[in-house]
Amino acid sequence: MARMRMNQAVAAALGDEMRQDPTVVVFGEDVAAAGGPFKTSDGLLEEFGPLRVRDTPISEMGFLGMAVGAAASGLRPVAEIMFIEFLGVALDQVVTEAAKFHFLSNGVFTCPMVVRASVGAGLGFGCQHSQTFENWLNNAPGLKMAVASGPQSAYGLMRSAIRDPNPVVVLEPRALYGGRGPVTRGEEGIIPLGEIARVREGDDVTIVTAGAMLRVAMAAAKSSDNWSAEVIDLQTLIPWDRDAVVSAVRRTGRLVIVEESPYTSGWGTEISAYVGSRLFGELKAPVLRVTCPDVPVPFGRELELRYMPNKEYVTDQIDQLMATGRVPEPWWVGEGSRV
Amino acid sequence: MGDRTKMERRLALAADRVARYERMVEIRAFEDRVQGLFAEGVVHGTTHTAQGQEAVAVGIAAVARPTDTVTCTYRGHGMGLALGMTPESILGEIMGREMGCIGGIAGSMHLVDKELGLLPTFAIIGAGIPVAAGAALTAQVKGTDDAAIGVFGDGASNIGAFHEGLNLAAIWKLPVVFVCENNQYGEYSRINLTTPIEDLADRAVSYGIPGIMVDGQDPDATVKAVSEALDRARSGEGPTLLEMKTYRYAGHSRADKAEYRPEGEFERWFQRDPINTFRARLESEGLLAEGQADEVDRQVAARIEAAMETVKASPPAGVDAMFRNIYAPV
Repeated sequence: MARMRMNQAVAAALGDEMRQDPTVVVFGEDVAAAGGPFKTSDGLLEEFGPLRVRDTPISEMGFLGMAVGAAASGLRPVAEIMFIEFLGVALDQVVTEAAKFHFLSNGVFTCPMVVRASVGAGLGFGCQHSQTFENWLNNAPGLKMAVASGPQSAYGLMRSAIRDPNPVVVLEPRALYGGRGPVTRGEEGIIPLGEIARVREGDDVTIVTAGAMLRVAMAAAKSSDNWSAEVIDLQTLIPWDRDAVVSAVRRTGRLVIVEESPYTSGWGTEISAYVGSRLFGELKAPVLRVTCPDVPVPFGRELELRYMPNKEYVTDQIDQLMATGRVPEPWWVGEGSRV
Repeated sequence: MGDRTKMERRLALAADRVARYERMVEIRAFEDRVQGLFAEGVVHGTTHTAQGQEAVAVGIAAVARPTDTVTCTYRGHGMGLALGMTPESILGEIMGREMGCIGGIAGSMHLVDKELGLLPTFAIIGAGIPVAAGAALTAQVKGTDDAAIGVFGDGASNIGAFHEGLNLAAIWKLPVVFVCENNQYGEYSRINLTTPIEDLADRAVSYGIPGIMVDGQDPDATVKAVSEALDRARSGEGPTLLEMKTYRYAGHSRADKAEYRPEGEFERWFQRDPINTFRARLESEGLLAEGQADEVDRQVAARIEAAMETVKASPPAGVDAMFRNIYAPV
């Protein structure tokens, strides 16, 4: 098992899949000659050549449309969206074309394409390059969506996504690209879509999280002596493993969702509604969502760190939940902002 | 004649100009009948018919191989029929019946036939243009000599997907033919109100590819143009933009009576009606005997009526249909 950075793990997954399946092609802006702006496709051009690894013009609508057509006619394209915001100019091809292709062909055509996108705050890119936008995608039946939380997760989810016969969006938290971890490659390292990872055992509260918030949730869980938290990495947001989450929360009696996105209509809203309504009367406390405030991501280092949930804040929120049995106010209420 | 398989219907157009005439008549009769159905309120929703544009669809279908990929728009009934789809499978979809090409869950704007090379038709303007380039990418990567044909309207030439799709196809020399059906109207707006140039073929210059104006009312001209562009694509020379000058006889959709049309415009175009013109040519060449065209027209009308009866008597899509095929099984 090699230790590698998450960006290297992405490249390893692409390379391993391309070696096994000659129909896998990779394209996007600066993914070939430069190896990707975040080095997530380093070495692929050299190994697989310019027919299968291509730099595109800056034209997301064009190359995502191209991915749809290529997928429908026999390739397995992996297209990179450098920053998730750039998907905004091409969303049609993902949510309205790719996601409906199988349905609109009476099940005859499939659209096995992968859209990779870097997401999230923490690196000082400002409010137009730091969002996560899961909610652009989580209301479009026909689409799958996974979120990487580290090197192994990025490797395993990517390989599943490429093999899946449906369009899959894989979100890669940009702040995690440089983080190292052990990676099991090959079939053993593949993580099926639609399954959670129970990353930590605990009895008092179930923390459900994804992406870059996994390490924050883990740090909070490890730091508390007052309560013991089970931590679940959701891994796949669509379809998410409802049964596994419900049964986990039923056991602990408390659900805390930690998300890196604004409060309103974050992905955790759906988890909260589903679990809260299913387990009404069984829970020991109301469902708590720990999120970012409803503001554009600020640029300054201190502000950006404040914007995202951190270990201390998550710990404090759970402390209050355990002590009072009520959902505590988020920090930004003290700054004059509404929930 | 009515019992031919869809592949026989497709291949019939390859060498036989009389068959092309017959298919154009079929498209016209079909669209007239569909328009009537909506006007009578027999089916709900909307529809976009293609009377006047028959020579474009037939020109493409006559020379494209079934292994080539075609993307086309929500104004797709004519294209579907030309490619070989049966009137029943299209009408079934329009009327929401199980026997429709998508099982009746999609409606008039959505047609598909994989064996005939037709991807699910696109109800979003311009969306099919880069998708056609993607199908061409598959041919290039796999090293086949298949090609793709992206069909879209004049209105789509103003949307970003047009620019992005053509630019990508051009830099990678993809085997694709872009066919712009310039029917003079983008929805309710005349093309000159939305577009600062007269000839959309001129746009090809900015991609460094050939842009060719074609008489879209003449099936001999459309066949020749598509054939040459496909040859170019298959031989690795890259994409071509064909602008087919044609005319949309109906309004944009069911609700549109096209009252914005200048007086006399329709009449001027109708003087060059693609069916009448082609019929006269085939008669003068002796390919259609005296009275033979009338007989073709009668047979086609009877076939469409029979299809109508078959579809009307068939069951509508059941509730279970909407839960099918959302995800392909892993």
